[in-house]
Amino acid sequence: MEAFDNFWAVYSNLVLTLGTNALLALSIYLTLSCGMLAMANAAFMGIGAYAAALLTMNYDAPFALALAGGMAAPALAAFAIGQPTLRLSGVYLAMATLAFGEVVRIAILNTESVTGGALGLNGIPPSTQWWQVALALALVLFGLWRLNRSRIGRAFEAIKEDDTAAGLMGIDVAGHKLLAFVLGAMIAGLAGALNAHLTFFIGPNEYGFDRGVEILTMAILGGINGLLGPVLGAVTLTLLPELLRSLNDFRLVVNGLILVLIVLFLPQGVWDPVRLRQWFKRQGGRA
Amino acid sequence: MLEQQLVNALSLGSVYALFALGFTLIFGVLGVVNLSHGAVFMVGAYAALQVINHFGVPLWAGLLFAFLLCGLLGLAIDFLVLKPLRARNAPHLIPMIATIGVGIAINSAMQGLFGAENLRFPAGTVSEESLTLGGLHLTALELGIVLLSFVLMGALMLALKRTQLGRAMRAIAESPKAAYLLGINVEGLFYLTSFAAAGLGGLAGVLIGLYSNALFPLMGQPMLHKGIAVIILGGLGDVRGAMLGGLFLGLAEVLSIAYVGSDMRDAVAFGFLFLVLLLRPKGLFGSLQERKV
Amino acid sequence: MSHLLELSGVERHFGGLKVLQGVNLAIPQGGVFGLIGPNGAGKTTVFNLITGLQQPDGGSIRFDGRDLSGLKPHQITRLGLARTFQNIRIFKGMSLLENVMVGQHSHLRYGALGLLLASAGFRAQEQRARERARELLSWVGLDQQADEVADKLSYGEQRKLELARALATEPRLLLLDEPVAGMNSAEKVEIMAVIRSIAARGFTVFMIEHDMKFVMGLCEQIAVLNFGQIIALGNPDEIRSNPQVIEAYLGRDDDEAGPAPSQGERA
Repeated sequence: MEAFDNFWAVYSNLVLTLGTNALLALSIYLTLSCGMLAMANAAFMGIGAYAAALLTMNYDAPFALALAGGMAAPALAAFAIGQPTLRLSGVYLAMATLAFGEVVRIAILNTESVTGGALGLNGIPPSTQWWQVALALALVLFGLWRLNRSRIGRAFEAIKEDDTAAGLMGIDVAGHKLLAFVLGAMIAGLAGALNAHLTFFIGPNEYGFDRGVEILTMAILGGINGLLGPVLGAVTLTLLPELLRSLNDFRLVVNGLILVLIVLFLPQGVWDPVRLRQWFKRQGGRA
Repeated sequence: MLEQQLVNALSLGSVYALFALGFTLIFGVLGVVNLSHGAVFMVGAYAALQVINHFGVPLWAGLLFAFLLCGLLGLAIDFLVLKPLRARNAPHLIPMIATIGVGIAINSAMQGLFGAENLRFPAGTVSEESLTLGGLHLTALELGIVLLSFVLMGALMLALKRTQLGRAMRAIAESPKAAYLLGINVEGLFYLTSFAAAGLGGLAGVLIGLYSNALFPLMGQPMLHKGIAVIILGGLGDVRGAMLGGLFLGLAEVLSIAYVGSDMRDAVAFGFLFLVLLLRPKGLFGSLQERKV
Repeated sequence: MSHLLELSGVERHFGGLKVLQGVNLAIPQGGVFGLIGPNGAGKTTVFNLITGLQQPDGGSIRFDGRDLSGLKPHQITRLGLARTFQNIRIFKGMSLLENVMVGQHSHLRYGALGLLLASAGFRAQEQRARERARELLSWVGLDQQADEVADKLSYGEQRKLELARALATEPRLLLLDEPVAGMNSAEKVEIMAVIRSIAARGFTVFMIEHDMKFVMGLCEQIAVLNFGQIIALGNPDEIRSNPQVIEAYLGRDDDEAGPAPSQGERA
């Protein structure tokens, strides 16, 4: 047991971050599975983090309530900007959501009295425990699994393939896109809230472009063909900096290169059931 | 006073326009939102700085070097990353994601090589003189920026409108397949566009580096965001719109700094971007042509 | 007597071009109705207007007495109108069964709770949808391949899949946009039989087609569109012998080849 205690003392943060990163990857997976490249999840994570932190710090709210607030706030934001923004598609949507992310970051910077501005919030109670992260991840995975096996999951996939044809099948395309967007925002917000109470400190720069790209990379790396892909991508991208510690500044170079290489050579991501099946077939044939 | 602000806005705006121009060219001709353009911009600034510091060359040589180096960098990015994706007929968003990766790699590599602190051009790189015209104050730097930018933009517009090459590029912007069938060397023009656009981006980097007197590895990021705002303001793929949009943004920023406060400066670009996207996605000036693939 | 679908004075401009002018059509319940006309006459635009992908610039479209103006495509589909496309728009990454089940979307009524807990109601409805999907696939002869990915189908099979998927929305009126374009004769005969059987089950069919033999053999009533206007309306014999129709097709015979080789036979 002592070995485990030692391990945990050193690596608990890493393991818990694995969990929150997996949640983030799943949040963008949801919108990607509906055919939307929305890069606002870092901002939603930030909104959730700040909402939850402010609830526990300023109002002594119980943790569960703070987490709920951390999900409700980004959901409201997503609902508000979703209606007009989701009419856009492709490149326009990506850029509009990137812009939204920047607007949020600037808003946080300029509301010092509430958010602490550039200095961020310090001294957030360390309420996050491993079982909460595990539970959150399990619930989200379960929920998404059930969603995929229902008419909503089929609708998402249809919209991703051809949203005009999907609409003519009786699917309310705008409504479903909004649903994916808002749910994604909630999951990202939950990750943010959990993460805030893990790191004791949050600042506006944590939820900007870099974080947004990291989230996207996790999903693309792992592949969005199933629920396991984003989780795998999150695990890889979280552990990689640990393994590459010695590279210091060049760590991010590896991140960037990974993104390029995956896009070029493994377009379906690492977890690609079709490719894996073919690979296994070939292996079996040789035996 | 207002006129002086307008003069300040002109130089800031023309650099924004120059940056946006490269960005728009790549989108118009290659059909790709190249998010590594910010990194290329930064490389231009650093390249000029290095060559001026180490070899004591005059500014114009630094500018030329930045243009060429960044042009080659842009060409390399196109050849290594964008070309294979073209061959695969990848949907639009995929090359964009790839360029995000390229941008991160370049930014981080430069940080690793040169450190994160602010660097500046040595004193005397630009003459300290200034011009006073009818009560308006214009430094040599501002004058130089405005002149260089306008000359370059003018030359580009002329080339696009009047030369065979320009016509070919416009044809590709409308429909690469049709252009190919007309015997236009589409692939060759892709390379040329990547080179020229990156070169322009590099030049813009040197100019901003001089203007703000601060070079740092991530200096391209805010530019990228503004570039996105500008080209959407001006209409994606519309060269004239990009230029007007850049000037407009420069003006909006300078006025907001003067009358609202510098904190909200970056928010201006995004505020506009958001509004435009919601109300008039085609942009204030441009009309979006659907690209026939 | 009110018809199932009524177009009154429908107009559609595109820039300065008048794509449709004063189009009047009345499609009765039951049977097969055809819309033919030279290329560029505006036929697909008629379908786009009916299904809400575009809005008419004048006139009105009523389905079962109800005005369709301003309605979104998914709302129109839920009223009982389904459509297939000229250039086949099946969901290539999904299996045949899933493709057809998507059509059942608006008929599945479980909520979030049911889907999360896999309630009895959820399971029963999903089961019903699956069975109905298999049934529809069997109508078009594709039930053996129900679990295959749609991408793997041949061209003719993809058209059949689109048909099954459209039927899954439980429509009263089925709009078929060139259902046999690009097919060989054997496939066309097959589809003709399928459409006849669908009509026999009570679905009203409204189709656009270029293949004259196909249209004459299947449709009870045919309308002819030329330069955005209806120039003739009647049964196959009447249309065949209508001088204006013959002229519209530039003097071509109403024989097997169809109006022009480039349209009748597509590779």
